Amino acid sequence: MQHYPNTLLPARQPPLKNISVAQWIKHNLWGTPTSAVTTVILLLCLLWSIPSLLEWAALHAVFSADADQCQVARDIGACWGVVTEKYRLILFGRYPFDAQWRPLLATAALASLLVMSCRPAFWNRFLAVAWMLVWLLFFVLMGGGKWFGIPTGLVYVATDQWGGLPLTMMLASLSITLAFPLAVLVALGRQSSMPAIRSVCVVYVELVRGVPLISVLFMASFMLPLLLPTGTSPDVLLRVLVGITLFSAAYTAEIVRGGLQAIPRGQVEAAYTLGLGYWQTQRQVVLPQALAHVVPSLMNNFIAIFKDTSLVTIVSLYELSGALGLAVSGDPNWRPFKLEAYLFITLIYFCICFAMSRYSLWVERQLTHR
Amino acid sequence: MLNWRSQRVRASFYQIALIGVLIGLVGWLLHNTLGNMRMRGIQSGFDFLLEPAGFDIGESMLSFTAAQTYGQAFLVGLLNTLRVSCIAIVICTLWGAVLGIGRLSGNALARGLCYAYTELFRNIPLLLQLLMWYVVLVEWMPDTDAPLHFRDWVLLSKEGLTLPGFMSEGLTLTPEFLALTWGLTLYTSAFVAEVIRSGIQSVPLGQIEAALSIGLSPWQRLRLVVLPQALRLIVPPLTNQYLNAIKNSSLAVAIGYPDLVSISNTALNQTGRAVECIAIVMAVYLTLSLLIAGGMHYLNRRAALKER
Repeated sequence: MQHYPNTLLPARQPPLKNISVAQWIKHNLWGTPTSAVTTVILLLCLLWSIPSLLEWAALHAVFSADADQCQVARDIGACWGVVTEKYRLILFGRYPFDAQWRPLLATAALASLLVMSCRPAFWNRFLAVAWMLVWLLFFVLMGGGKWFGIPTGLVYVATDQWGGLPLTMMLASLSITLAFPLAVLVALGRQSSMPAIRSVCVVYVELVRGVPLISVLFMASFMLPLLLPTGTSPDVLLRVLVGITLFSAAYTAEIVRGGLQAIPRGQVEAAYTLGLGYWQTQRQVVLPQALAHVVPSLMNNFIAIFKDTSLVTIVSLYELSGALGLAVSGDPNWRPFKLEAYLFITLIYFCICFAMSRYSLWVERQLTHR
Repeated sequence: MLNWRSQRVRASFYQIALIGVLIGLVGWLLHNTLGNMRMRGIQSGFDFLLEPAGFDIGESMLSFTAAQTYGQAFLVGLLNTLRVSCIAIVICTLWGAVLGIGRLSGNALARGLCYAYTELFRNIPLLLQLLMWYVVLVEWMPDTDAPLHFRDWVLLSKEGLTLPGFMSEGLTLTPEFLALTWGLTLYTSAFVAEVIRSGIQSVPLGQIEAALSIGLSPWQRLRLVVLPQALRLIVPPLTNQYLNAIKNSSLAVAIGYPDLVSISNTALNQTGRAVECIAIVMAVYLTLSLLIAGGMHYLNRRAALKER
């Protein structure tokens, strides 16, 4: 028979609240042999890669718009001069050079309203009015010419000359805005008890989600002119916008449907008991709860749509990457430094998308703490 | 007698109205299309699939010459799409699993690097990443006469990657193929990592504590307790990522890799049969999506909770 000591074990140390740097390192970098080996290997990799990266990107880099100097430093340093030289072409595409204050102002208005819309304090009907005004301002500024017979005093600029950042931001935010109501309707239709409506919605969602965005864009640019009455040929920008909207509505609808499924039936039954009709029930009881459930997925979806707008360059609309090709590919002096120009727009995309994903985490916390 | 207050009557009315509107819309579009085609003198029909294509394809798993038919060209494109997607899916699953588990590592450096990787690659459009890898491969690599090399086994130059000793006759991978596979893999693995991380994190802590208390080793803990439960939550979103990878491989058209979409694009430009070419592409992708969704659904049923 085994004997157990009849004494109490000493009490364990309380968990550490404030730990010193040395203790943090011991816990997080040096805790076990595996951890220690991992730390050493990763540190060696970093020590090997970061200095040479810094040398290339900063120490030996050329910042002035001097193509000859860039050629000299070609193999050892980056040529950020290509950005200094071409940034206006990259940001605004083929927009007339003298009138580029217009896209700048339009983008600034759009961006500031986007940032404002992020604050829950502003979520009321004035925001909707503000959005309409800003869209009007955006299109008047970008397009110029006459609007409903009223001269704006600005030179007319056709949509095929729009490009760069304003185009990217416009395509993304407008298609998100238009896709959202459509997505809610489709999601509701998919939950409907009427078989014909349900199957139409299912077919639409599964059809669109099964094909790549590129083929939808090709369809919008090659097939849409065939589908419409002879002689009418809507603007390519409009066609692409319709394509992206229909595409993203299907994805958004699936997310909204996920939220709808999380609402207990009792909620709907309670609303009906109170005498609310179908639309009142959905609008005042179901949707507010369902949408709050899926805010993180919705934000991820918005990030995806924003990134997807880069594809319109394939159907020859010059958004950021298209404008870059326009700016650099045709210029033999700067062509070798295309990568640096790509890194510049990568930075723009990354900042916007990263901000959006951080914001989505923040909203999620706000909603769960309520 | 029809009673408008009856829910059944209204439901049938709405449905008949919707179907009527849809039929009208389709009819109107069809009417326009036929009229437009007549006016522009566009021929229609799938008979062009049997005509000679008249263009060469840069890389192909079957032997293909310009004299072969459009139908065969589409087949070559489909095989190229499948080749890239399959390789990307296999590697991104493995690499994504490493990254996802790395995000939960006890080592802060590993955790931080995995986090940085996923955030960096998720937040840059795939198109841009592909264009950058392509520039790196075709403009930054040395010329063919002085390639980067590891012994004589692996040679890397502007012309792509060459493995001279591979399966006796050697193997050359074009820069287009490399850029697409590499970029697609790195991009998708960032998403796979997130899926795997959130799946593992969703296993309640009590399960792990229970596994510890009955003395399972870390590996046993992962294999017998954590993974079986995490897989239930991992498989459905992982399926979505695989489907995304296949659909995203269509970005090949931007860097000139002859996948299904770029072949159909070439065919469209040569024959002018926009409707047919786009329909073929959509049908193929839809079939692929449904097949994979079906297969993964079967897998998921096996992983799902079996309540007895």
